[in-house]
Amino acid sequence: MSETKASETVLDVKNLQTVFFTNSGLFRAVDDVSFSVGRGETLAIVGESGCGKSVSALSIMRLVPDPPGRIVGGSVMLEGTDLLKLDDAAMRDIRGNRISMIFQEPMTSLNPVMRIGDQIIEAVRLHQNVSSKEAWKQAVDMLRLVRIPEPERRALEYPHQLSGGMRQRAMIAMALACRPVLLIADEPTTALDVTIQAQILALIVDLQKRLGTGLILITHDLGVVAQTAQRVIVMYAGKKVEEATVEALFETPLHPYTRGLMASMPAVIALGARTDARLTEIPGMVPSLTKLPPGCAFAPRCKLAVDRCRQEYPPLSEIKSNHWAACWRAGELAEAS
Amino acid sequence: MTGQRPLLEVTDLVKHYAVRGGVLRRQVGTVHAVDGVSFTLGAGETLGLVGESGCGKSTVARTVLRLVEPTSGAIRLDGEDIAPLSKAALRPYRRSMQIVFQDPFASLNPRMTAGDIVGEPLSVHGLATGAKKQERVAELFQQVGLRPDQMKNFPHQFSGGQRQRICIARALSLGPRLIVCDEPVSALDVSIQAQVINLLIDLQREQNFSYLFIAHDLAVVAHISHRVAVMYLGRIVEIADKQELFANPRHPYTQALLASVPIADPKAKRLAPQIDGDVPSPINPPSGCAFHTRCRYAFDRCKTERPALKAAGTGHQVACWLNDGTGQAAP
Repeated sequence: MSETKASETVLDVKNLQTVFFTNSGLFRAVDDVSFSVGRGETLAIVGESGCGKSVSALSIMRLVPDPPGRIVGGSVMLEGTDLLKLDDAAMRDIRGNRISMIFQEPMTSLNPVMRIGDQIIEAVRLHQNVSSKEAWKQAVDMLRLVRIPEPERRALEYPHQLSGGMRQRAMIAMALACRPVLLIADEPTTALDVTIQAQILALIVDLQKRLGTGLILITHDLGVVAQTAQRVIVMYAGKKVEEATVEALFETPLHPYTRGLMASMPAVIALGARTDARLTEIPGMVPSLTKLPPGCAFAPRCKLAVDRCRQEYPPLSEIKSNHWAACWRAGELAEAS
Repeated sequence: MTGQRPLLEVTDLVKHYAVRGGVLRRQVGTVHAVDGVSFTLGAGETLGLVGESGCGKSTVARTVLRLVEPTSGAIRLDGEDIAPLSKAALRPYRRSMQIVFQDPFASLNPRMTAGDIVGEPLSVHGLATGAKKQERVAELFQQVGLRPDQMKNFPHQFSGGQRQRICIARALSLGPRLIVCDEPVSALDVSIQAQVINLLIDLQREQNFSYLFIAHDLAVVAHISHRVAVMYLGRIVEIADKQELFANPRHPYTQALLASVPIADPKAKRLAPQIDGDVPSPINPPSGCAFHTRCRYAFDRCKTERPALKAAGTGHQVACWLNDGTGQAAP
């Protein structure tokens, strides 16, 4: 991937705000979040359940269930077009065509009573003016591209006849059938075994490079992030708390939450580590979005928190070149390291 | 752990399920879920059981507790074989063995208070009633890091991590000697996982019971276990002390498994898939070594003869024709 290609922005999300109106009040699932993805670039969005990473993705696709959810602010520019301003028909032309999405559980996102090949040509025929014969040929080619053995035979099979890894390959084939400029993968390997996960991640990264697709990878697994992404954003309670290149983030994380996440993971292979060594915990739990504390949402769990953190929300600021963090004490952390 | 009789000794454990088909529901095949598994577990020790989905690790755990009836084999708890015991005869042994499941949302009765859930085993075994039971439950709540005033709350009022603490308190209530943990942290967020893992380790140090710990996350298993057994298609292919296994894996499957774990360090780029293809079906497992269809080192013998577990160093056993000490070095 050359530098000039990377600078070509495919998606530019600015100040996105998605809120949900519930019986227990309004909560901001995505609160003023901005990010961009370049052609052929991988952006990872990391965070724990409820941090807003999946809602961010659904907001880009305009798939947030309304009611109770609504996008109330910001812009989502896909190659210069603001998706939030499009009508439903125009948006349907974008989904599955210029932006595609793959989900965690392939069995629930595939239609169990349709043959694999038919599910792929559904997208192709919706967006391209081709004969069904031509579309079927494309479907088989896609299955070959995602390295499913005997693609002609597999295209005629139903999802239940495929293994979990094969199903996820079929999902990828479907998502890439129309050569989208942006692919959103929401926990694509969480349901898979580790050896299959390695196969699928390698496949996604390889295809993305060959086709020049921008990729948003949503995951909770920092190992997956380190091995696949170029840039990372960390989310907590609906807000972006840190953004950096993958190298910078893992070398010097500047937000205490990111540091906590990294420390609480058992070392991948605890070579020589004492069996009874304790893990570093982040005390407490993720706050409910309806009852966010004033100031920094992470302050109640943060051992570096000072009075100011409990009163004022820290703005996201560029602490080092190209490395942003929303923490009053990030500057000190940067100097100390 | 040292020289004494092990708390749990499993020998040649087999569990087959019949596959039935046709109008007459005749048996048309057999699922070899667990196919001759043997291991021991000492008092105060943690044995990690790892492998991919369908390898039989959960079936082993449930068979050990007799939640699933074994097809054959012996399960000795403190020297006593519990495999042939009747339900009634088994009852006193149930007190010594407990289980914590993966999903703390599915394994707690939503209509019972947390206090009743934790106290139920005490009533079932007639160990405590009334105020004495409440006292014991309150003590258990404190041990797992919950407040006794939360006893009157219902499961939906707790977070995932707290629910898992309730499950742990329930497992502890009878003072067990063996706790089977079947993916106890895989449903939890990373920051909560660490809390629960620390709790499990602390409790073991205080009360000296043993864990049979099942997880697909190698990092978690590596952290909590003393010894680790790797399973593939119903069999243990390698078993060793944790440090030994992770530093010096001998079985090609173990090697591939370890190399597939994504490392949280961007400088250690290694996304090359280690093995191709999927796990074969346990209904019709491959001949010889079940791994030979995916193994890059497989040769003729692997396709016809099944390697047995053999010693390959101190406390290290491996089932592979290449690495069993027949003179050929680890590749």
